[in-house]
Amino acid sequence: MITAPFDYVRADSVDHAVQLLGTHGEDAKLLAGGHSLLPLMKLRLATPSVLIDVGRLAELSYVRDGGDHVAIGALTSHHDVATSDMVATDVPLLRRVAGQIGDPQVRHLGTIGGSVVHGDPASDMPAAMLALRATFVTVGPGGQREHSVDGFFTGFLETAIGADEVLTEIRVPKVPMAGWSFQKFQRRAQDWAVVGVACVRNDTVGIGLVNMGSTSLRATAVEDALGSGASIADAAALADEGTEPVDDLNASPEYRRHLAHVLVRRALEEASR
Amino acid sequence: MQVSIALNGATSEHEVEPRLLLVHYLRDVAGLTGTNVGCDTSSCGACTVLLDGMSVKSCTVLAVQADGRAVTTIEGLATNGELHPMQAAFREHHGLQCGFCTPGMVLAAVSLAAEGGAGDEAAVREGLEGNLCRCTGYQNIVAAVLDGANGNGVRS
Ligand SMILES: Cc1cc2nc3c(=O)[nH]c(=O)nc-3n(C[C@H](O)[C@H](O)[C@H](O)COP(=O)(O)OP(=O)(O)OC[C@H]3O[C@@H](n4cnc5c(N)ncnc54)[C@H](O)[C@@H]3O)c2cc1C
Ligand code: FES
Ligand code: FES
Repeated sequence: MITAPFDYVRADSVDHAVQLLGTHGEDAKLLAGGHSLLPLMKLRLATPSVLIDVGRLAELSYVRDGGDHVAIGALTSHHDVATSDMVATDVPLLRRVAGQIGDPQVRHLGTIGGSVVHGDPASDMPAAMLALRATFVTVGPGGQREHSVDGFFTGFLETAIGADEVLTEIRVPKVPMAGWSFQKFQRRAQDWAVVGVACVRNDTVGIGLVNMGSTSLRATAVEDALGSGASIADAAALADEGTEPVDDLNASPEYRRHLAHVLVRRALEEASR
Repeated sequence: MQVSIALNGATSEHEVEPRLLLVHYLRDVAGLTGTNVGCDTSSCGACTVLLDGMSVKSCTVLAVQADGRAVTTIEGLATNGELHPMQAAFREHHGLQCGFCTPGMVLAAVSLAAEGGAGDEAAVREGLEGNLCRCTGYQNIVAAVLDGANGNGVRS
């Protein structure tokens, strides 16, 4: 399969990328690892007229100590996140999630920023961002903005980032002592999740759901119930509240709802040990 | 656009369309047909090559993304007619039947071993999750990779 023709330009810096987005307008797309965008383009489900390659911006590939948070450059590969000592110590959930994305080849090229901006409800990373209450930093013509993860995933493959903005950094609060769990229910080793649950628990709890609607979702009802002292079993029974799981080859909506109950319960049990 | 790729140690320069996939560059432009296309959807791993030493699926990489970088294909592993230890291990353990998955399997294994991820059977099985084989049942492939990875897959 061959993509539709497009023009290719390479950005030398974040500012250059913003400038190129301004010049080429709405039909331009940033290219990071290409592991979400190129498959769509090969199927001609996406036909951007210009690709702006930011994949070589070494300035956006890093894991740094931000004090109360770990600061991760948007262009950091899943492989580099999964093998970072700082991530392993301060946000072990993130290490697990990054390490279970696709396979080694996918993790070598796919980036954390691409996963976040692509906004695919079947993707694991956005759910982990919800559980961990991450903050996203973007740069556009008007300068720098910070976005809370809540409200960022606005629709199927849609996020709050502007078409003229570049995601530069992901800030993940450090939770070295928190309990955590990542439950990815899949049919075969390398598959996407049929349903997934990312969970962090210390004095508060954060739960993100994979593939339970048209966006990645926070299990708000479960979080609230636990906050008012509900048992794990009672709280987990609310796991599908506010969700609209899809019907596809892998599972029916009813089965996905059932999975959400079971996986949220397992996640909470593991995170509460 | 003009690309210059350090392909198996030699410079490979060609004018290409931006939409040309790396796998098609390798097969059709550079004439290296050892890299196979299986699924064409980044699932099977038959098209695996090394990009700056790391395994990638060349059906999901543009040739322009490899510009200025090093690409190693199965043709580039042996030196002076001597097989790379991973290739030798695949032969020794008969880690193939039809051989279609083999170039990708060997390169994925070289990358895995270089990252220190081929220490035991479980790690090898998990580390090769991106490479499918329809023939062997994997048993001999895993044995070959464990053996070939001795010394981190680096040529002794
Ligand atoms: C075989 C296979 C299996 C996979 N399995 C999984 C899995 O199990 N779980 C999972 O979560 N994911 C999986 N993925 C997806 C993978 O994680 C992708 O790499 C990731 O979703 C996208 O990252 P990328 O760098 O490749 O982004 P790209 O494909 O380059 O870009 C994706 C989108 O984000 C935009 N974008 C990228 N970077 C930026 C930026 N810095 N600022 C603004 N916009 C940006 C692009 O314009 C594009 O619209 C899989 C992919 C493949 C091919
Ligand atoms: S042909 Fe590239 S992964 Fe199958
Ligand atoms: S040997 Fe035939 S596909 Fe692996």
